[in-house]
Amino acid sequence: MDDMVKDISTQEIKDTVLIDTPQNPAFCRQLKKTTNARICIGRAGSRFKTETLLKFRADHAIAMDAVWSDVDEGLIDRLGFFKVQTQVNNKEEYIRRPDLGRIFSKETTEQIKANCIMSPDVQLIVADGLSGYAIDANLEDIFGILTDGLTAKGYKVGTPIFVKYSRVATMDKISEALNAKVTIQLIGERPGLATGESMSCYMAYESSSKKPESQRTVVSNIYRKGIPPVEAGAQIIHLTDVLMREKKSGTELKL
Amino acid sequence: MKLKTRLFDQTYSFRDVKDVLAKANEEKSGDILAGVAAQSTVERVAAKAVLADMTLEDLRNNPVVPYETDDVTRADQDAVDEKAFAKIKSLTAGSFREFLLSAAPEEIAAVRGGLTSEIVAAAAKLMSNMDLVTAAHKLPVTATCNTTIGLPGTLSSRLQPNHATDDINGIMASVMEGVSYGVGDAVIGLNPAVDSIESVSSILKNFKSFMDHWQLPTQNCVLAHVTTQMKVLEQTDAPMDLMFQSLAGSELASRAFGIDVSLMDEAYAMMKEKKSSRGKNFMYFETGQGSELSSDGNHGADQLTMEARCYAFAKRYHPFLVNTVVGFIGPEYLYDGRQMIRAGLEDHFMGKLTGIPMGVDVCYTNHMKADQNDLENLAMMLTLADCNYIMGIPAGDDVMLMYQTTSYHDVAALRDLSSKTPIAAFAARMQELGIMQNGQLTAQAGDPSMFQGWEK
Repeated sequence: MDDMVKDISTQEIKDTVLIDTPQNPAFCRQLKKTTNARICIGRAGSRFKTETLLKFRADHAIAMDAVWSDVDEGLIDRLGFFKVQTQVNNKEEYIRRPDLGRIFSKETTEQIKANCIMSPDVQLIVADGLSGYAIDANLEDIFGILTDGLTAKGYKVGTPIFVKYSRVATMDKISEALNAKVTIQLIGERPGLATGESMSCYMAYESSSKKPESQRTVVSNIYRKGIPPVEAGAQIIHLTDVLMREKKSGTELKL
Repeated sequence: MKLKTRLFDQTYSFRDVKDVLAKANEEKSGDILAGVAAQSTVERVAAKAVLADMTLEDLRNNPVVPYETDDVTRADQDAVDEKAFAKIKSLTAGSFREFLLSAAPEEIAAVRGGLTSEIVAAAAKLMSNMDLVTAAHKLPVTATCNTTIGLPGTLSSRLQPNHATDDINGIMASVMEGVSYGVGDAVIGLNPAVDSIESVSSILKNFKSFMDHWQLPTQNCVLAHVTTQMKVLEQTDAPMDLMFQSLAGSELASRAFGIDVSLMDEAYAMMKEKKSSRGKNFMYFETGQGSELSSDGNHGADQLTMEARCYAFAKRYHPFLVNTVVGFIGPEYLYDGRQMIRAGLEDHFMGKLTGIPMGVDVCYTNHMKADQNDLENLAMMLTLADCNYIMGIPAGDDVMLMYQTTSYHDVAALRDLSSKTPIAAFAARMQELGIMQNGQLTAQAGDPSMFQGWEK
């Protein structure tokens, strides 16, 4: 690897003190352990050192690319999802018009009804949300666990649906169309710096557009450095049991 | 009042004052989302021409939310100094713009009391970016808590030591790093991850003890919900120099924030009695274009006019700090760097014209088409406009709120570029601590280990 410039993307901010001559380097290292904030980074005059600047730009770049990336539909097809699209036509419109990302056309709603299992106990939805990378990175690991686990528990599992250009609220529309009991939506989170892979799971019992957002139970930060997808899968199956038993979700549920 | 004009052989007519105000705005994705924006570039200019011809009296008489149904409108209208209003009411918005650009600062200050939000918004809509900087530059606003902010030649900063879980050691690590860059003269203010009485009071105490130990002349604040801070005042002995709340521009939108005018009146009265700070200004507010639409409280008005109404709301409480969090809300309201820069300049100008000590959180999120270069551009423009303060955060990366704002380094560089300093008392203390010399960072600056052992 001698012909390669150092990979700045894999470097952990927590590990390095970049101050040239700190009064107490050991104390600086101790401070770094307490926070993810980019401290003890030193300076070039009043500006960042080159390493700090490039690391920041790399972390912003991956976040930006995650927002503008599309989910790998090869993966979606392989896993047997039924694919639909909201009223949004392209990524730019998706960003500008959150209202259109929450609804389907009449035809799409009819297609969902015609092609998917009606009245499932559990309806699984995957939505691109604000990060296609998040779905690419986590779906394969979590999908098998969820479908196997839920089927093993004897639940009637619905046809998995993939929604392109989707906001969280599409889960209400799908639940209403299919008369689902528990709806589980996996969606790409709005990326933070360097965290384009983070996925959230929203769950609701009889998910409905007539109910407030507080109907939803959330598991967030699903990715390899947060809650690993395998672990999140087990958590979601457990929550499904709770929602089915209590017949409610979100803030109404005292977990 | 005329609501029609002709441009390039086409007639443009508008429904009412609210429609003219909305269509006269520079392009913002939030106004398009709300369905109130001009349909074409020429229609936008036509609306500006109609607006320029309206009198300030027309604007005052047509608030975008009716007086009868909205407590923010009432707060704004009831506060008007009728004598000052009488002097300017027959001016058109176009000639008012020229007045702001040509009059002496004291002449402008003399009519401030006669303005309402719609008048302030109209002036912003008729100005170019450089107009906004030029006019704001003439409208200094000072305020006094423990120290005095907004004096000529100063550029202050809020030290924002946010932490994902409110770990006190992690928070204090960012505080030490920030002060070592001369940051924190406006306030040491945390956005808490945990909105509880216990946690908020403990953080306030830690900030105060750090300030006392190192004799830092500044203010402490934890930006929890106002009702939490009221409980902290009632139930604990935690020192609170500044009380915080996010504001919106209508009663409906305020409700989404869990507040209204009467609750804020109550909070203000309680703070006046129980605060730990000395001066007459002890409130801190944040705002931002688009928050009214996001809670369906915009009443069909544009986001700039709704933002101006936040400042009228803020003015009622003689704040020490007010800042717009300009690019936090996301691209459906401010799409890209261009819109973010425009909104930052507008908000700062409108705050200053209203008479509040305005700062700006120059920021963006990762789903906006904006980057650090846009942020730096706006921060430099605002420094030229004499913005009271900006934020300072480690490398501009907020690890709790997941957005990017100005860094400790940006604060230092902007002071260098503009020959501005922190608030005098803070600057003097920085000199004693060996962090600054004649307003510039010393070789030792930027090393938090100089503060080792403060907790003892």
